[in-house]
Amino acid sequence: MTVLLNVKDLRAYYGQVQALHGLSFSLDEGSLTTLLGANGAGKTTTLRAICNMVRSTGGIEFDGKPLNNRSTESIVRFGIAHVPQGRGTFTTMTVEENLQLGAITRKDNAGIVSDIERMYAHFPVLKQRHTQQAGTLSGGEQQMLAVARALMLRPRLMLLDEPSFGLAPLVVRDLFGILGKINREDKVSILVVEQNAQLALELADQAYVIETGRIVMSGNAKDIANNEEIRKSYLGY
Amino acid sequence: MELFTNQVLAGIATGAIYACMALAVVMIYQAIDHLNFAQGEMAMFSTFISWQLMQWGVPYWAAFVITLVFAFFGGIAIERVLFKPLAKAPILTNVAGFIALFAIINSSAGLIWDFTIKQYPTPFGSAPFLGSQLISTHQAGMIGVTVLMLIGLYFFFQYTRIGLAMRAAASVPESARLVGINTSWMIALGWGMASAIGAIAGMLIAPVVFLEPNMMGGVLIYGFAAAVLGGLTSPLGAVVGGFLMGIFENLAGTYIPGVGNELKLPIALALIISVLVVKPAGLFGRHIVKRV
Repeated sequence: MTVLLNVKDLRAYYGQVQALHGLSFSLDEGSLTTLLGANGAGKTTTLRAICNMVRSTGGIEFDGKPLNNRSTESIVRFGIAHVPQGRGTFTTMTVEENLQLGAITRKDNAGIVSDIERMYAHFPVLKQRHTQQAGTLSGGEQQMLAVARALMLRPRLMLLDEPSFGLAPLVVRDLFGILGKINREDKVSILVVEQNAQLALELADQAYVIETGRIVMSGNAKDIANNEEIRKSYLGY
Repeated sequence: MELFTNQVLAGIATGAIYACMALAVVMIYQAIDHLNFAQGEMAMFSTFISWQLMQWGVPYWAAFVITLVFAFFGGIAIERVLFKPLAKAPILTNVAGFIALFAIINSSAGLIWDFTIKQYPTPFGSAPFLGSQLISTHQAGMIGVTVLMLIGLYFFFQYTRIGLAMRAAASVPESARLVGINTSWMIALGWGMASAIGAIAGMLIAPVVFLEPNMMGGVLIYGFAAAVLGGLTSPLGAVVGGFLMGIFENLAGTYIPGVGNELKLPIALALIISVLVVKPAGLFGRHIVKRV
């Protein structure tokens, strides 16, 4: 396994407040890794630091190349697609325009057209609504759209921030099924941040647990799910 | 009845200019959330450039195109030098920046070309349009050029990738960056386009109001009124507002006793205030709802 993303001693700050205190982890190429932790533990901040959306120090390497001090928009060009918390939908634009925006850095027009069709095959509901304003979609549909928009980049790594947030349990199952399929079939490595630890551990290969800006636990997702002590003390189920 | 039709058509012609100015104002407002008080002065300066070119013997349409290119890059330069550094500054700092820009451009134009009123040519002539007494060829030309420009802009924003990227950057900047759009350059591009749209308005209205450094003052106030009327968040609203403003101004001047030419401007300002009271988001605008 080669390491795709390597984060070393990451410290992040919101103004004077330090949110991450020297956090280190790595993600293998092709893996589905999850970052777990309670509210305010620093999960979102970690994703935002990777995309340079928050001031941070420490090392972030993607495929051996340092990402520090690059702008958010140039980090996308490495093949990193970030689905932010709240989905980041372009609500006033149509579903199809949202998909086109996902591929805005690509130049291969034929590939973009065929990828849009591929997304409609993955998510049939988006095809039904392709001329509709994205803001009129339900929460679950918007999350599907956000994942599809990210995939339009043909990313090597997808960062997902709480994809289950605000969704009905059945929709979450659906969505996680699709994420697993994308990971296996399209060979997209995925880093998913979740509060819904049980579900995330079912899906993931690797897991890290964050508490107050530090990694407190890491390992194989199955092992962590089976370890009652860890579950009770850190994951609350 | 003929007076009425005549006034409406003339209103549409000047309304086209207000629509351009309103659109320019809205484009910058969408990008940076500030009203560009210097929009009119930028347009005036561009118009002077075209006049200077014609003085040097450049034919009208060549001067027109060269001026658009100048205005476009000039707009980008102003954004890069003055407003990019102010992006995170408080509102009042930006307002001061706009007022400074207004004064700098106005005085520079006066310094270079002095404050005397100059004739400005029209490529359309001022004969009656198609033999009709209702509207002149220049007024028809103002409407025609504006409509062509609006159609062009519509296709640009609706059907090109860069147009899509600009819309995305203006509506959700953070998401736009996350799909790889350089939002900072999209703002600069918006400034360039707004400046070029203003230049078109300036060159079209100059034969009517004559060329001088303060020529756009009144026009910009109508442009602001149009933008507020249509809604500052809606380019379509700005355009519709511009045409409505032109018609309203002419009809008020003709039919409301005692208004005449002198009170047309106060009436426009009264309209801004009334719209803000009754419908703060404008006719086509959206209320921005933020979750707290």
